[in-house]
Amino acid sequence: MIIHHPILGPRDAQEFVYLGDASLIDRPDGMTAGIEAFHDYLYQRSNPAGEHRELWYHEQGDRSWLVVTRNTVTHEITKVELARDVARAKGRSK
Amino acid sequence: MASLQALTALGARGPAVVEIGPLRITERADLALASVAARRGRFTDLAAAAQSAGVPLPEAAGYQAGAPYSAFWTAPDMWFVEAPFASHELIAGLLKAALGDAASVTEQTDAWVAFDLAAADLTPLLERLCNVDFRSVPKGYATRTVMEHLGVYLVKLDQGAVRLYGPRSSAQSLLHALEVAAASVW
Repeated sequence: MIIHHPILGPRDAQEFVYLGDASLIDRPDGMTAGIEAFHDYLYQRSNPAGEHRELWYHEQGDRSWLVVTRNTVTHEITKVELARDVARAKGRSK
Repeated sequence: MASLQALTALGARGPAVVEIGPLRITERADLALASVAARRGRFTDLAAAAQSAGVPLPEAAGYQAGAPYSAFWTAPDMWFVEAPFASHELIAGLLKAALGDAASVTEQTDAWVAFDLAAADLTPLLERLCNVDFRSVPKGYATRTVMEHLGVYLVKLDQGAVRLYGPRSSAQSLLHALEVAAASVW
């Protein structure tokens, strides 16, 4: 599988480490959101047959985190973004 | 006072030179290395300071040679800067003084082993060792890649000249991998 890195171009998937659902970016505020919201954040994952946004880490490359939109049925990758940009767009990162 | 003598990454008094067929592997113990990372939102300050200090900050996946400082890109807003060890043994301090608080500088010299590879064409060697499309990438291409399970930085100086930075504690393993691959090519 080839991941088209937004900075470095096409890179073999073996250079990357898979983390999981990109919803990990949306961590609730542990002081205010309540234990149910944090429980769901930590344990609840949907397992779609189809489009899935997920976090990949370019460990054997430039060490950037990516948000990869991948179809879990066909493995087609439709979008690759820097997780830094995604998080900042959501106001998550400083 | 004790008289101390530095050892190379391979545990010897002087750098190793290995020749296998047309390939020459030269250990480079005469390079000082430091990482430079732009602090958040301070890239323009860093670029200005680096320009006046003569520190190149190449584009993504690039290497730019200079004197005394050369540099290659390692990550967004981050570079490895190299210089002659004899004149820049304290490279981190020198860079920190030159670049100020726009950058975070970390000493890297003793974390890595550097090997210069030289042959007429290194493509048949490198295609056995890593997944970089060495033939098609341009001169001055620098990337991190994997050789024999080791994360290394590969800098393409020319079709027949490469500088490799590998983890210093695995220097012997990396050299062995190079030797084995070279023996299967030549």
